[in-house]
Formats: sequence, C-alpha cells, structure tokens
Amino acid sequence: MTALELKGLTVSYRGPAGWIEAVRDLSLSIGPGETYGLVGESGSGKSTVAYAALGALAENAAVTAGRILVCGQDVAALDAAGLDRLRGATVAMVHQEPVAALDPVMRIGPQLAEAATAHPRADRSSDRTETRRACLRMLGRVGLPDPEALLRRYPHQLSGGQAQRVVIAMALLAQPRLLVLDEPTTGLDTTVERRVVDLVSELGRDGGQAMLYISHNLGLIARVADRIGVLYAGDLIEEGTARQVLTAPRHPYTRALIAALPRMDGGTGRLHAIPGQIPSAGNRPPGCIFAPRCQHAVTGLCDRAMPPPDHPAPGHMVRCVRQAEIGPAPPRAVAVPATDTPQRDPLLDIVRLGKIYPAAPRRLLAPAAAPVLPALRCVSFAVGRAEIVALVGESGSGKSTLARILVGLDTASDGTARLGNADLAHTVARRRPRAVIRAVQIVFQNPEATLNPAHSVNRILSRALRRLGLRGRHTVSDRITALLDQVRLSPEVLMRRPADLSGGQRQRVAIARALAGTPDIIIADEPVSALDVSVQAAVVNLLGDLRADQGTAILLISHDLALVRHLADRVVVLLGGQVMEAGPAAQVFDAPLHPYTQSLIAAHHPPDPDHAPPPSLPEPDRPMPVAGCPFEPVCPLRLAVCASVPPPERNHAERTTRCHLPEADPAIRSAAMPPTLPGGGHDPEAGTAPGAASDALSLPMTTERS
Amino acid sequence: MIAGYDLGGRRAARGRWAVRSGLGILIFWALVAAFAPLIAPYAPSAIDFAAAADPRPSAVHPLGTDLLGRDLLSRLIWGARTTFAVVPLALGAAFVVGIAAGAVAGYFGGWTDAVISRASDVMLAFPALILYVILITARGPSLSNIVIAVTLAYAPGVARLCRAQVLALRGLDYVRAAEARGEPAWSIIIAEILPNARGPLLVDLALRAGYTVILVGTLGFLGLGLPPPTPDWGGMVVEGSGMMAVYWHMALFPCIAISSVVIACNLLADGLREARP
Repeated sequence: MTALELKGLTVSYRGPAGWIEAVRDLSLSIGPGETYGLVGESGSGKSTVAYAALGALAENAAVTAGRILVCGQDVAALDAAGLDRLRGATVAMVHQEPVAALDPVMRIGPQLAEAATAHPRADRSSDRTETRRACLRMLGRVGLPDPEALLRRYPHQLSGGQAQRVVIAMALLAQPRLLVLDEPTTGLDTTVERRVVDLVSELGRDGGQAMLYISHNLGLIARVADRIGVLYAGDLIEEGTARQVLTAPRHPYTRALIAALPRMDGGTGRLHAIPGQIPSAGNRPPGCIFAPRCQHAVTGLCDRAMPPPDHPAPGHMVRCVRQAEIGPAPPRAVAVPATDTPQRDPLLDIVRLGKIYPAAPRRLLAPAAAPVLPALRCVSFAVGRAEIVALVGESGSGKSTLARILVGLDTASDGTARLGNADLAHTVARRRPRAVIRAVQIVFQNPEATLNPAHSVNRILSRALRRLGLRGRHTVSDRITALLDQVRLSPEVLMRRPADLSGGQRQRVAIARALAGTPDIIIADEPVSALDVSVQAAVVNLLGDLRADQGTAILLISHDLALVRHLADRVVVLLGGQVMEAGPAAQVFDAPLHPYTQSLIAAHHPPDPDHAPPPSLPEPDRPMPVAGCPFEPVCPLRLAVCASVPPPERNHAERTTRCHLPEADPAIRSAAMPPTLPGGGHDPEAGTAPGAASDALSLPMTTERS
Repeated sequence: MIAGYDLGGRRAARGRWAVRSGLGILIFWALVAAFAPLIAPYAPSAIDFAAAADPRPSAVHPLGTDLLGRDLLSRLIWGARTTFAVVPLALGAAFVVGIAAGAVAGYFGGWTDAVISRASDVMLAFPALILYVILITARGPSLSNIVIAVTLAYAPGVARLCRAQVLALRGLDYVRAAEARGEPAWSIIIAEILPNARGPLLVDLALRAGYTVILVGTLGFLGLGLPPPTPDWGGMVVEGSGMMAVYWHMALFPCIAISSVVIACNLLADGLREARP
C-alpha cells in the first residue's frame, strides 16, 4: 500500500482578498519504505504539504480540492479521534527546531516513554520495563551513545544533534509507516547535520518507514532521497528519481537552481543567478508559473496556461511545454581553474588575538562552573588588499567573536589586529577615529534584523552617510543613488521600509549601508545563509564584484564550504577559538592537512546522487579539552598527547596547521603527496585502528596541484 | 504562515477604524473643553438649593445635580477642561522621565541599570497614598505638585516597561550596525531603539491616561492640587461613589465620561499599533 498519496491536492489560505492557493493540484505518491525528497525555496508550499499530510493545517488554511491518503486512509474523512490515531501511529513528524520539539522540564526518559505508550498496539505490552527497553533500543538505533544516561537528562543538556536524534527516535517509537521530516537539519552545524543526514539515509536503507524529506538543500536531498519532487510557488514542476532530477534536470527552474549553487568543484566564476523573485501566492502570472523568470520562455506559448505534465522518461515528470526542445542538460560543469592569487599588500594583520569572557559570578546553590574556555586563542592571520579571506567554523568556534572585535563591538583580551596604523583589537567603535570606522564595516547574517524596521531605506542609508561625515542634502542623495546602483537596487526601494522588501533586497541594502564609507574591508558574517538559493547567487556575485570593481577586501564568515570555495582566496579554519588550518583556498580544499578540515570537507554534500562520502565522525562524548587540541574528542587520528598538550603551530609556504600529527605538517606536505593521510604514520597507542581511520578520512578527490 | 501572504490589509483597515473612532471621541471632548463657557447651561459652582433636595435628573438638570445642588452636566463640561489640561501635562512628565530612565538603564546595563532599577523598585513599593500625603504637607496644593505626584506614581512603571523593551532590542543587528559605525549612545537610543519600542509604550500610555484621570481626582479629594470647588471628573466620581445606592447618577455620568476618554485612548493606541507595526 502506498504510504502517502496526494491526488490533485490544492491547499488554500484565507487572505484579506479571499482564498489564496498555496499548493495547486499536487499529485504524488510515496511507496512503502521509499524516501521522497521534496525540494523548494521559501514560499514554495513545502511545509504546507507536510502539515496537510498530518491533517494539521493552520486554522486559516483548508484543503480546497483533492485528496490526501495516508496508508489508504483519507485524512479528510477522519474525526478528531481518528486524527489522533493517525498521527504518531501511522504518520509522525520531525520538525525544524529539535530543542523546541522537546519539553524542557521533562527528562528524556519519560518523554520517550510517553511517545511509546501514547499509541498502544496489540503486539506491544504496556509493561514499563518493556517500554524502557524499547526506548533504549531506539536510542541505540539512532546512534546515540550511552542511552541509559541519556534517559535521565533534560533537553537542555543535549547538543542540537543529540536532540534531533532523540526527536527522530521519538517519532520512530510508535513505528509509524510514514515519517515526515521538515527541514530536520536547518540550524545544525555542518558536521552535526552530516550525522543526522547519515542517520536518515540509514533509516531509509533499512526500509522500515516511508519518508517524506522536505528541504531547500539539494545536496542533502541528493544524499537521502530515492525520488525527488521540485516544488515552485505551489506547483510540482518536476519529479523523478534522484538521478533523473539531479543529473538530467528537464525543467528550466530545476536547472537554474542547480546552476545557481556554488560548488566545490565549480571554480570561481560568476554564479548563474535566477532573475526576479518567486511570485507571491496571491500574485500568480497567467500560464507557466516560472515563465517570468525563465530564460527559455516564449511569449504566446508559455504565458497561456500552466503546462500539463509531460514525461520525457519513465517515472520522470516535467511541467514545461518546451522541455523536449530544450532537451536534457547536464548540470553546469564549468571548471574555471582557480588562479593562484598573488601575494597582496597586507591590509589587516591579526596577531595572536585572544579573548576570554570573564566567568559569570557563581550563584548561590549552583554547581561549580566548568573551566572557561577562551573564545579566541592565539589567532593570527592577515587579509590583503582586495582579498577575500574566509573564516570557516561551526558554532562556538569564535568566528563571530572575532567579527565583533574587528568592527569594534567588543575588545580582545590580548593580541593585536592592525589596520594601517590603527589597532582594532582594543578600541570599541565609539572610540575609533572616523577614518578607521569607515574602513571596517560589517554585514550581518539575518536579513530580518539587519535593518531598522522603523526607518525607510533612504533614512537607513542617509543616517550611515551622515555619520561617516557626508554633509549636504544633494551630496547625500547623490551618494545614495550611487550606492543603490552598486548593489543593483532600483531607486524605488528608497521610500520603502524593510518589511516591504524581500530577503535578498534587505541584504543588498545592508551591503549598501556597509559600503557607505567606501570601506577597505567588509566583514560579512554569513551574508547569504538565510537567503534562498536563487536569491543567494545574485548576492554572492555582488560580493565578488565589489572586490573586483572597488578593491574591497572581504572577511567572509561562513559555514558553507561550497560558497567559501567559490568566493575566497584564502581560508582560515577555526575550532574552539583556535586556527586549525589556514592557507590558499585551492590548496586547503584540494589537500586539507588537518583532520578537522578533512572532516568538514567530507561533511559537504554536493547535489549529486552518486557522491559517496566517507562515514561521518561520531558524536563527541566529552567536552573539548582545556589544554589540548579542541578536535581531540572526535579525531579519528588522535594521539596520546592530543588531549593534554596544545598542538604546535607549523607554517610553510603560506599554509599553517595546528596539529600534532607529523603528516599535517605543511612542510612535509608541500612535496607532491597523496591527498589522504598515510595510515601508518602515527602512534598505534592512540586507540583507533590506523588503517580504518585513514580510510574514514580519505576523500574522493584528485590531487593535481600546481 | 506562508511567505507572500498579505494578511495586513484587514488589520490595517481595522486599525484605521480604531484610530478614527478614538480620535473622534477625544476631539469631541477637546471641543467641549474649549467651548465650555458657551455650552454649559450653568456655572460649574452655581448652587441650586431647590435641586439639592432632590438631586435626581429632571428637566432643569438633565443629568441631575450633586448633593450640593450643582448641575452635573455643567460640572462634566467644565471638568473636561481640567482633565484636558492636567492629564496630558502630568502624563507627559511621567513618560518623559520614565522612558529616559528606562532607556538609559536598559541600554547601558551594569551599575547604571542597577541604580535606576532599584530606585524605581523602591518607589513602586512605597504606598502611593502616603507619598501624596507627604507631598501635600511638604509642598501644599498646586498644578506643578499634581505633575510631580503623577510622575512619582507612574514613572517607575513606565521605566520598567521601557527598560524591558530596550533590553530586547539592543542586541539586534541594526543596533549593532549603528554601534559599529560609531553612533553616539543617545542617537542609538532615540533613533534606532525607541521607535521600535513604541508599540507597548503607546498601549501603556493609553491605559495610564485613564488611570491618571482618576488619580487626578483622588489627589483633588486629598487636597493636593486642585481645590474642591474646581470641577474634575475623578473628584466627581469620588464624591458620588458614597451615594451610589441612592443617587446612582452622581457617580455614573462622570464614570461614563472617564471611560469614554480611556476607551478612546485605547482605540487610538491599538489603531496606531496595527496601522504601523
């Protein structure tokens, strides 16, 4: 029996001007044990589909046409008690925010037991010890170490990855036939995301549950899904096996989406941005919904009616009238060779920068605080003029602390950060001379919070300009026009407030604000991670252009390795406040020396169903050591010294590593060598089998380096 | 919520309706206050001894009289004057002091915050009535003392609310962006933070406008500020409430007047919040 079948599903929301269709005439079916990936950008209606499958649409939404069959049951025909039985026992859901899905005042054990006993089945006894055993088994199955101890913990004592595993275990406990995962890894760190995705694809291989995996990330979908559906503004525009959709996409939107992604192997040219924006649900163009943004659209053909489904191959559905003419296109593979960047004059020189936050005063009755790890430890690197340096690291790596210090929102505990004659490390912005403020500006991550909602774009930009010393109404307005032109916004936005702008437009205004004083360096803190792929590409191109046209250096803080590979000249990898590895981007990505860098690169998923990454690293079972290497708890190559002795910093020919392993020494590695770590070169007392460990880290990459 | 859906239209329409009705009521009372001498049938303190015997509403006194035989309608009309002169002044002072203290405490934190917050806690804990009595004995009745009394009573609460708002907003990226370009603190507080904190403050203003009408009356009753013959709505409620069981009209009509102003203020605040989120 099919696990989920949607027949001509239309879901509408009640708006001020009547009903608006969020999902239109959607038909798809998921077989038993099958994993179906649903991809779409924000506003595509993918979450609406998830909630419809659970019969849990919002109050102002309704199924206005079509049917939803979950394991043969019509969801619309169920009463409240029937829905209760359906949810949990037949279909379960894993949400985006794992921590929000767990009750913060309840231990994990009782929460799991509740999920297990909420849907009693004939074949399961309600015995408490039996329930407990089932919970332990399930925690083991989702790969959590020491399940016994875990049952006694509270949600806040879990890491994000552990919490998401617990939520998945909870969803699986009632043995649902269908598991709906709505962006289950958004907000998790790359390596953690990697572990969760591995778990999901393992569950898919076991074939116990059918899964509907919803995501905006093509790479993740490629890894888990058997079949993929592409949703655009409420219409399913392409569907097929993972290989069909990702390697031979037919619909212009799917193709543009894949081409808009920065890729690890894609060189450093411009990204193919999709012009325009997703139409808002109340504002549909007549005819093909993608036509206004489509480079293949033909007037008189594409603007008549939404194209009917067409089948270029068995199992491959495309809704495009021109798909046969356009033909299958392999995803873009323009490998613009990365040119070795010449040494540039240093602009910003960071030397042994450290930051320790004072320990919070001990509260009455509180347990003794754990030793405070410095947020930054001995961080040194330089940024040259017109250079893009990427700072890569996961949450807690200290990258945001570094950004705060550089723009003067915080001060360092020791070390220096010199920009010309000024030291940025110890002066907050208010005490900096105007020339220094002008030279260093920041672009924040979240387009929702980066602009003052009470001000118009004009006011936002003119405030920044006036502050930086521009006077006179005409000078200011001329400069604003120039700024808008630089970030490719039309002057119409000037009188709008941020709420009336799209995410991409807001981020452009934020970049324009940072450009107000023609800075020498822009600190870009995850500038595109909150944007949709098709919008993201244009902002990424803009950043690249700024460097090329204005000679603005950029310190790019990002966790997206493909973006870093695409944009950056040099890479600095941070973990636990320390630089683990640094060097030219091409070298670091093609031949990473540090085991942490290797694991980060291995955690990246290209949108390629044939990509077989090495297995992910285990969850850390202990905190980072205070004295030793921060990667020690999970490092498969760790030596006995790693836990207690800080790793030495070794430099050679522009590359830096901080690792005890002799293989990680850039001096040794500068000779042409195989890309993987040799297995036998380290202390056998380390506890891991050397061969297995290096296999785990070997990367499927070719190694020609110039 | 699906991106692209505009549920704002209906809300904005409701907001406009609320603003209009709120403004309408306030303008009505403002006109009444402005033209009190022309509208009022009697002088506010003129005593009708015949009516004092039977103060209930009659053809001569449509809303009745008070126990002394003063025409209730005339006193309500003249009372609007008092209300519309004293309340905005007192409330304005309380909000200026409260917002300034709260914003400074919330933005700077640390010792500044500790001192301002503890001081306002002490004032909130102090029984308001005793405070007024102390004020009366120390300074005697006058308009400026009403302003001081209302400020002492309300500024701590306003400061506390404002501080919470500022705390929630000061970590946002647009505030940090302003800091990163070296904006001085006063400019960040006034231009970046306070405009976004206005929603809850406006609602609080509307609520306190109502309380202030009553508080000004109570103060009059205690002998602080406006001496008894001056007609004010709060004082009329206080005087009339003792006779509620017999002569309901004495408390009811001033109550309706106060309520209408309070409701108008609330409508105005709600509407402003909906129309400009």
